Amino acid sequence: MKRLFPILTIITAILLAYALYQALVIAPTDALQGDVYRIIYYHVPSAWTAFLLFFINFAASITYLIRRNPKADILALVSAEVGVVFCTVVLVTGPIWARPVWGIWWAPGDIRLTSTLVLWLIYVSYLVLRRFSTSAQTQVLAAALAVFGALDVPLVYFSIWFFRTQHPQPVIGGGGSMDPRMLHVLLISWLAWLCFAFLVCWSRYRLEVLHRQVEEAHALASLAGPEGARAQPSLPLNRSSR
Amino acid sequence: MSAIKFLYAAYVATWVIHAGYLGSLVGRFRRLRQQLKELGKK
Repeated sequence: MKRLFPILTIITAILLAYALYQALVIAPTDALQGDVYRIIYYHVPSAWTAFLLFFINFAASITYLIRRNPKADILALVSAEVGVVFCTVVLVTGPIWARPVWGIWWAPGDIRLTSTLVLWLIYVSYLVLRRFSTSAQTQVLAAALAVFGALDVPLVYFSIWFFRTQHPQPVIGGGGSMDPRMLHVLLISWLAWLCFAFLVCWSRYRLEVLHRQVEEAHALASLAGPEGARAQPSLPLNRSSR
Repeated sequence: MSAIKFLYAAYVATWVIHAGYLGSLVGRFRRLRQQLKELGKK
């Protein structure tokens, strides 16, 4: 496992560089928007990755509620946190793209934009709850919140199918059409960002395990006095918020 | 601001967000390793 991480890091770096080259150089220029449309190669893969991570958070939260498995709880926390990072990218790159194309940074009341912002706020609330709650039931409460929060994901995704919005139609299915060369670059870009997300989640998972070990060591040290401080924790604790 | 600047702004913003998050992870790793060391010394 220790060897796999640097190998995956190198592969991901190469993929990201290749995707960037494809996005900026190889992909054809859009006839209507010009070069600014190339924001799609960061905006859309980030949105898909965020949706996937929120789905993982949903599945892990359900697993935790049923089995009380600490690993599922860590996975839920990690996927929510990394998902929020990708969702932040979506919310930042979207308005930067909208300004030259629509003439406005944000379309107030637009269902796609508003539901994405609400989705981001739900998962930020989830992280705030986990970070600051001192209740023994924090993980159960967070898992319940995650289950309800996940309901917003299909609303965000399908909002452009069922409602009139400023946002364009989906690039795959749903009546949208895209040049196959652009689609090819988009999928390469998504693959690169998926690899990146996997690596970040892996690092964050290890960080959380380490955090729980430190908490357990602190608890042992305070219980057993000076000698107890030398005791090494064996398993991650259930209680954690970071 | 020309359209191409918006493209670069979006790409730079994406990398800044990810770099900021990765930086925060590295900082947290360091703090935890330090805490583990201190606990081992006690």
